[in-house]
Amino acid sequence: MPWTKIYGNRTEFEKAGGERAGLRGLTYKDALLEAATQMLETDDRVMILGEGVDDAGGVFGTTKDLHKKFGRGRVMDTPLAENALTGVALGAAIAGMRPIFVHMRVDFLPLTMDQIMNHAAKWHYMFGGAVCVPLTVRSIIGRGWGSAAQHSQSLQAVFAHIPGLKVVMPANPYDAKGLLRASVYDGNPVIFIEHRWLYEHMGHVPKEAYTVPLGKGIVRRKGGDVTIVALSLMVFEAMQAADILSKDGIEAEVIDLRTVKPMDKKLILESLMKTGRLVVADTGWMDCGVGAEVAATAAEDGFSCLKAPVIRIALPECPTPAGHVLEKEFYPGKDRIVEAVKKTLALK
Amino acid sequence: MSRLNLTARVFACKLKFMPLKTIESFDVKFLRIIAENGVADSALLPPLNDADYKKIYEAMILARAFNRTALALQREGRIGTYASILGQEASQIGSALAFDDADWLIPSFRESGVFIAKGYPLWMLYRYWMGDERGMKCPENLNIFPMCVPVGSQITQGAGVGMAMKYKGDKKAVGVYFGDGGSSRGDFHEGMNFAGVFNAPVVFLCQNNQWAISVPRSRQSAGKTIAQRAAAYGFEGIQVDGNDVIAVYKATLDAVTKAKNGNGATLIECFTYRLDDHTTSDDASRYRAKEEVEEWKKKEPLIRLKSFMEKKGILTKDYEDGVANRCEAAVHKAVGEAEAFPKPVPSDMVRHTSKDLSPRQVNELKEHGWESKQS
Repeated sequence: MPWTKIYGNRTEFEKAGGERAGLRGLTYKDALLEAATQMLETDDRVMILGEGVDDAGGVFGTTKDLHKKFGRGRVMDTPLAENALTGVALGAAIAGMRPIFVHMRVDFLPLTMDQIMNHAAKWHYMFGGAVCVPLTVRSIIGRGWGSAAQHSQSLQAVFAHIPGLKVVMPANPYDAKGLLRASVYDGNPVIFIEHRWLYEHMGHVPKEAYTVPLGKGIVRRKGGDVTIVALSLMVFEAMQAADILSKDGIEAEVIDLRTVKPMDKKLILESLMKTGRLVVADTGWMDCGVGAEVAATAAEDGFSCLKAPVIRIALPECPTPAGHVLEKEFYPGKDRIVEAVKKTLALK
Repeated sequence: MSRLNLTARVFACKLKFMPLKTIESFDVKFLRIIAENGVADSALLPPLNDADYKKIYEAMILARAFNRTALALQREGRIGTYASILGQEASQIGSALAFDDADWLIPSFRESGVFIAKGYPLWMLYRYWMGDERGMKCPENLNIFPMCVPVGSQITQGAGVGMAMKYKGDKKAVGVYFGDGGSSRGDFHEGMNFAGVFNAPVVFLCQNNQWAISVPRSRQSAGKTIAQRAAAYGFEGIQVDGNDVIAVYKATLDAVTKAKNGNGATLIECFTYRLDDHTTSDDASRYRAKEEVEEWKKKEPLIRLKSFMEKKGILTKDYEDGVANRCEAAVHKAVGEAEAFPKPVPSDMVRHTSKDLSPRQVNELKEHGWESKQS
């Protein structure tokens, strides 16, 4: 399918054929904007709250001018209070709305932890199973000069630990649009984590509204030698790594998790049965992270097909440095994936 | 000359030639309708008839009977931990009765009286306190959130429900309950601020019962009242005698009417007293003076209402006994129903977590045999 492809930028997208009959190209950020626009157009219950949603930039373009089309009663900036914003959106969700609220950075989510962990994740249970919490929390992983320790964290594992929450991390424009819609209509609280570096990524995106199911991963590239499980920006890195490896005659199968929780373990195990070797590339830290969950899945349910130990690629155990010099060392990318694949192939 | 002296001189100079202008001022009203001796200020009485007074009285007696039995059940090990409402019946029932059934009520954990005033099934309340979340499955005709155990977190959610009502054009008010302890939380500030900015139809009901477990009211804030904080958010705050059920009813009804007419939020501080321990896991005698409690016992809300009704000639011995018996019987029946209600099945805990089951949950149901297992 054309929309399952991963293109880093417009040039790559054009090189691969670009737009053609019936296949429109769209960036990740515009895909998010289109998803929001279509939901606002057709469903009065949808509203967008968050810091900067109605300013000129519109959260890096993802909510741009929506307040002009739909009014500040539905697309609104709020007093600066992340925790209140979460509580307000949660209250509105229980009272019949389908709020989407937006944080410019994942790092602001810790300020809302009481509302997310103690309330959003628990209300369905504590209402005796009678009330749904259709709340979507968008947030963005930052990266690059100046983002530093407090504006670049990848906290998916923190949220994935908690029963009652779903965690979604789209890696391409098609999924960004379809998963956002699916999250809003899921009926459960969903933590929707985007990556700032994916915002200009291009891909084919249908004009009409559609959903991508939560909890389903996708094979981005087929291969029989090794399975690389990745998410968010690391899918892009894994695809490049697979191209490099292919030149050495190594065919990697790349799985994009798309949803961290619930995780599509079936897809991972099916691939592992074929390859016997597993590398996991996460945007977050190592300990108790998404990589650990994938590795545990292999150990618990795929032990007999493992031909070599699982290798996890994650951030080093330190905060994100602020400047270029250290950042270059800090972030793992395609080279580290290539290295890991070669290592797992050498292991018996 | 030191820098400090210079500053003082400059300041004095400015004061002399440029008197400071008052750009905002506020006052805090206190509402009491029935005095401690039971005499009502007829000018302030809301238009209630004898049947209304009886309804209020009966709800208070029922709440007290419910509470007494809950404490007894706890001592017998039939209820886990319980938070007594003794002394706060007027604040809870007077306020809750001012809302329509379809309005939204968002209680803290010490709000059994609010549920009872709205006719919430007593057996379900007992079921909840017996440790069964199904007890919080709100009946269709009411909109009451489950009791919120984390202190104050529900305040922002109440603001959100109010904003949703306003957006939908649904003429419903929202009542959010919290205590003097909760008023120190950031959520209090944030929730009140949102409600102010968005002109949300919310009535913030602070049950100032003077104690947050062992922390006295004086340690929560240096401000003289909690009500005065509303001024900072651009809406009215009022302190009411929380042991005067009619005053609480009147203040709440005014705030509900105002909210429904699109005129925004109100903060009502019900000045009352927690006569019992914080919960059954607490022993308040370790931190508060017996004399203080004795003083407040003389002011408890039922003495006041009864004395008022006696003066009106609507509280006869027969009526009083009849109500007491009916309430005891209702409570007794509710305990029986709660204890006879089928125990939850293990699959409930997994099924009630989200709207749907995750693959892991499906496995867990299978693995533990919970799908078919009865308790």
